[in-house]
Amino acid sequence: MNPFIEIITQPDNIAIVIMIFMVSFFMVWAFQQAFHNDRLLAAGLPVDGENDKFVDTFKPLVRIELIIALVVMVGLTIWSIAVDAPLEEIANPTLTPNPAKAPWYFLGLQELLVYFDPWLAGVVLPSLIVVGLIAIPYIDINPKGNGYYTFAERKWSIIIFSFGFFVLWLLLIVIGVFFRGPGWLWYWPWQEWDHARVVFEPFRDLSSVVGIDSRSLAGFILGAIVTGAYMIGGMVWPYMYWKKNNPEFLTKLGMVRYITTVFLFITMMSIPIKMVLRLVFLIKYVWITPWFSI
Amino acid sequence: MKSLPEITNQVKKNLIWKSIFRRDYRNTVRDRAQAVFGNVFLHLHPVQVRESAVKLRFTWGMGGITFFAYLLLIITGVVLMFYYHPSIDQAYTDIKDLEFQVPFGVILRNLHRWGAHFMVIVVMIHMFRVFMTGSYKAPRQFNWGVGVILLVLTFLLSFTGYLTPWDQLGFWAITVGTNMGAATPLLGYQGPFSEFLHITPFNDVRFALLGGALVGGNALLRSYIWHCVAIPLIATILMFVHFWRVRKDGGISKPQK
Ligand code: HEM
Repeated sequence: MNPFIEIITQPDNIAIVIMIFMVSFFMVWAFQQAFHNDRLLAAGLPVDGENDKFVDTFKPLVRIELIIALVVMVGLTIWSIAVDAPLEEIANPTLTPNPAKAPWYFLGLQELLVYFDPWLAGVVLPSLIVVGLIAIPYIDINPKGNGYYTFAERKWSIIIFSFGFFVLWLLLIVIGVFFRGPGWLWYWPWQEWDHARVVFEPFRDLSSVVGIDSRSLAGFILGAIVTGAYMIGGMVWPYMYWKKNNPEFLTKLGMVRYITTVFLFITMMSIPIKMVLRLVFLIKYVWITPWFSI
Repeated sequence: MKSLPEITNQVKKNLIWKSIFRRDYRNTVRDRAQAVFGNVFLHLHPVQVRESAVKLRFTWGMGGITFFAYLLLIITGVVLMFYYHPSIDQAYTDIKDLEFQVPFGVILRNLHRWGAHFMVIVVMIHMFRVFMTGSYKAPRQFNWGVGVILLVLTFLLSFTGYLTPWDQLGFWAITVGTNMGAATPLLGYQGPFSEFLHITPFNDVRFALLGGALVGGNALLRSYIWHCVAIPLIATILMFVHFWRVRKDGGISKPQK
């Protein structure tokens, strides 16, 4: 069978196909409503739901809840009649499957393992994602766009969130599910998986690009400078920029919020940066220390 | 022969009926309100809601759908528990028995499996909706935080359930997943700086998760208890905090300009 058809019709992967359709549908619907409200706002008109009246809970709300419950139940029943949950061979510690994949919703994190060591990809970054999500309401001080869809009134927060949600999360999941084969190598959907395939990629570290051994003292110092410059520059540069162009915003934000926001942002952006370093420049580590490597 | 209204009338006059429903429903304002706050399940709702709560456009019903998926998982999960032993000698054959011995066992297992996938998908979409409507802004900051914890718990519920069939898929997914615990800085034996705390494979985070240095019987028991008891308990409590706060924060968010 065509490997692509084989992959997307695997019982567990049907969920991901459903996810892709549902997420795309709701993404379009959300942005459509946002742009619709933006037009209303521009014309000085009330947005959707602003002049809502009240209705009884019993029955209008209870009725719609019942209908949705029935629709979901029918849908899941059809899914369950049509597709059987797989049961593989009994667990065998001596027989490692290749690739050994985590459940699909964690494949984004497993994909990060290509670019970061496990302590970062598996522990530090996930923790920061959770902390960062919880922090969103406290660092987003824009009072507008509360309780209605809009894009114009909160462009940056939506762009940044959407980048994290659709690209760093969902896209990486889709890559992990459909494009990763044995040895976690990249396979196009029409390519046959080849268990004997080895790819020799001449990975190097950042300092070896300029001819310095990354495990020497000089390499260590260079790595520290680059990493430090990214962190410190990333923390300071937005400050300078806003100080010059929008000082009121900085005052309103305050120091604690500023540091949290910018720290979370540069941590998030370190993911696509390392992906480019790795995939385009074949650079494995930026900074190697005796205790950890980044 | 009695007509239908006569029969219903007689049923409603019955002492037992009256003890359950207390009063007749006459579709008056009062009765519609009574129907909500007189019912322990419905009274999570206010008596009246804004129109947006009834139209699908605003919330997409996603939070409610997530909750419905959760209820379905609890019901199918409890039934599955009747047929399952969390031991490595029996777990796998118990799942096989579902296929060949238990009446409707296959569809029961399928509903639980696909329901779990579905819940993960809809909870993510619910979060996206809440973000896009800016509903995490004051006064709902705290409830957004509760939601994030619920999101994590949803993942963990699904993840711990993966191991229970004791097949290759679950075994290796859990092996890969818990290996991350070994990489924890300070507390995992492969993590940075752990040598300063004298961490070994036998006293690190991964050992605590698995109840051993390898995925074995203890790990199966642990994941079973997390999956069937501990996490559902925490998640259920947090869901009620979540729903309570939706109401106390003024219901579904309305445009504030
Ligand atoms: C098990 C998971 C969850 C359940 C069962 C759940 C359930 C609900 C329900 C039924 C509502 C009422 C409105 C609606 O249906 O949209 C709601 C609202 C809300 N949820 Fe969740 N939720 C869950 C997870 C989350 C997550 C992951 C977040 C965010 C990170 C979140 C944040 C919120 C907020 C802020 C509201 C108020 C929205 C508003 O007023 O417009 N919830 N939730």
